[in-house]
Amino acid sequence: MSDSAMTSQLYGIVAEFDEPEPIIAAAEKAKRAGYKNIEAYTPFPVEGLDEALGHTNTRLGWVVLMMGMIGGISGFAMQWYANVLFYPLNIGGTPLNSWPRYIVITFECTVLFAAFTAGLFMLGRNGLPQPYHSIFNTPNFEQASTDRFFLCIEARDKKFDAEKTREFLASLETKPLNIAEVEP
Amino acid sequence: MAVRGRRIQETTRVIASGQSYKDVDDVVMTPVLTHPFKTPIWWFLGFAGAFALLTMYLYTIVYLIITGVGIWGNNIPVAWAFPIINFVWWIGIGHAGTLISAILLLFRQDWRTSINRFAEAMTLFAVACAGLYPIFHLGRPWVFYWLAPYPNTYGLWPQFRSALDWDIFAISTYASVSALFWFIGLVPDLATLRDRADNKFAKLFYGTLSLGWRGSTKHWQRYQRAYLLLAALSTPLVLSVHSTIALDFATAIVPGWNNTIMPPYFVAGAVFAGFAMVVLLAIPLRHAFGLQGLITKKHLDNSAKVMLATGMIVVYGYVLEAFIAWYSGSEFERYMIFNRMFGGYGWSFWALIFCNAIAIQPLWSARVRNSETALFIISIIVSIGMWLERFVIVVVSLTRGYANSAWDVYSSTFWDWSMYIGSFGLFLTLFYLFIRLLPAIATSEIKELVHHDRHHGSHSHGSHSEEAHP
Repeated sequence: MSDSAMTSQLYGIVAEFDEPEPIIAAAEKAKRAGYKNIEAYTPFPVEGLDEALGHTNTRLGWVVLMMGMIGGISGFAMQWYANVLFYPLNIGGTPLNSWPRYIVITFECTVLFAAFTAGLFMLGRNGLPQPYHSIFNTPNFEQASTDRFFLCIEARDKKFDAEKTREFLASLETKPLNIAEVEP
Repeated sequence: MAVRGRRIQETTRVIASGQSYKDVDDVVMTPVLTHPFKTPIWWFLGFAGAFALLTMYLYTIVYLIITGVGIWGNNIPVAWAFPIINFVWWIGIGHAGTLISAILLLFRQDWRTSINRFAEAMTLFAVACAGLYPIFHLGRPWVFYWLAPYPNTYGLWPQFRSALDWDIFAISTYASVSALFWFIGLVPDLATLRDRADNKFAKLFYGTLSLGWRGSTKHWQRYQRAYLLLAALSTPLVLSVHSTIALDFATAIVPGWNNTIMPPYFVAGAVFAGFAMVVLLAIPLRHAFGLQGLITKKHLDNSAKVMLATGMIVVYGYVLEAFIAWYSGSEFERYMIFNRMFGGYGWSFWALIFCNAIAIQPLWSARVRNSETALFIISIIVSIGMWLERFVIVVVSLTRGYANSAWDVYSSTFWDWSMYIGSFGLFLTLFYLFIRLLPAIATSEIKELVHHDRHHGSHSHGSHSEEAHP
């Protein structure tokens, strides 16, 4: 089997660290070395790691704002429709469109739509639920949720080469505890 | 759950120093992953007690549904009594959980991290207890869904101008958003449990619940943004929920209810009662699981301070109610406050003043705030006081309305009490299951604190937490 066939069978090469600082340095260095498909796996959010990996900002805020507005408008429209058009009913002599009385439900609908968008959009964009992922094949990856930090250079990266990438990771300032080839 | 043997040092920092990431997981996750047969005896005893109360609750409900709401003491003019008192009391308790998880997150209070998980669980269970009261108070609980707008063959809509319908929207939004917030917060910890579990069933259980979380940086980035947005949305939500409940009263013309101060005063009262419940749960919890290094004296101290501050706002509310009653010039309002203080139910008002105004004064002293026994006793008194407050507002106001011919006395029945005490069974059963099956502390968030501590806080001592976040 040729070298290129070998590489295509890999998901990536993963380096393991036991502190967050070296992984930030490693991510920056890999970025400078020209790697693009890099991802880090950490037990808690590490400040600065997303920038080091070149992740762009998430658009979640805008989506939530839009859905919140849709929720508010539809909540108000529902009450207006029911009380003004569908079944006009005189309650205490107030106007049919007594909007101050619609505010509570309008507000609750805004929050309900916005909050569920925030939660479900986050899970959806993260591809969850996803029972299987290649990164779980990494040796010792159970520790990634406790106290180990993993940096993965993925095989789909144009610059990826099993030998050279491994050498690159081994040459890092803080030597990784372990470097492993991970199958998909 | 063998954490008793460890030597535990009390600390006044946000988390005890010198902990590693793994230490945090060990202390929080080990009790959860212990084999069911090795569950400590206190858990079984506590669960059995809670379950006995739950059985009483279920028995009451069955009897209630078969017989009707006549088994309660409610009758005209006091059509609202225990069910509404208990509803407001439980929902108020829930508010502290959201305050801790959302508002303190926005204010970047790092001490919230150790207590937010179980406080949010407390919120959910308290809301569950609360939500059942108005439903059973409907008289025909099996058609409660008529309150929600849904396509139906009658061609009917609920009356959106009614405060009852505002409640339905407020409570159901609050319950579902709190559950979502709680679950999103749990996902990374469920992944830790999945990775730590050695038994196949536990692995499958936590693996399914964790949705395949793998902690990639992109995951965390979106996660943190979503969490922040949820906090920002929950903050006005929690304020709106108790305001809406206060509007149930404030929009009515009953003397003693028709007050503009009701919404803010209800919110303060809710936080007050809620923090009392947080203290009541935190003190046994930290000893039972050996969490003294994570739920420290600092948390108890801060909770006590919040209790004192919100308690004083509530006292201001009492003073203002009396002032406005006099200032309004309305003879009905003036009579209401006179009757509240010196009428047949005067004892409940003075008991309330003792519980909510006088009993909290020792909290000014740091020594009292440092003593778990004192805090525990004060929190019990506050919980009773907040229940009495709702009793005074609901029952005492209704027994003396505008027309003397409609005056009456109210007395509760056995079933009122069995449903109230039984609801503790529901709350505690859920809480016992929670502490057995899920991590009571948000470990991924604590690890951020540990990281911060190790790299930025090692040179300062004691009060570093205040300095660390300028």
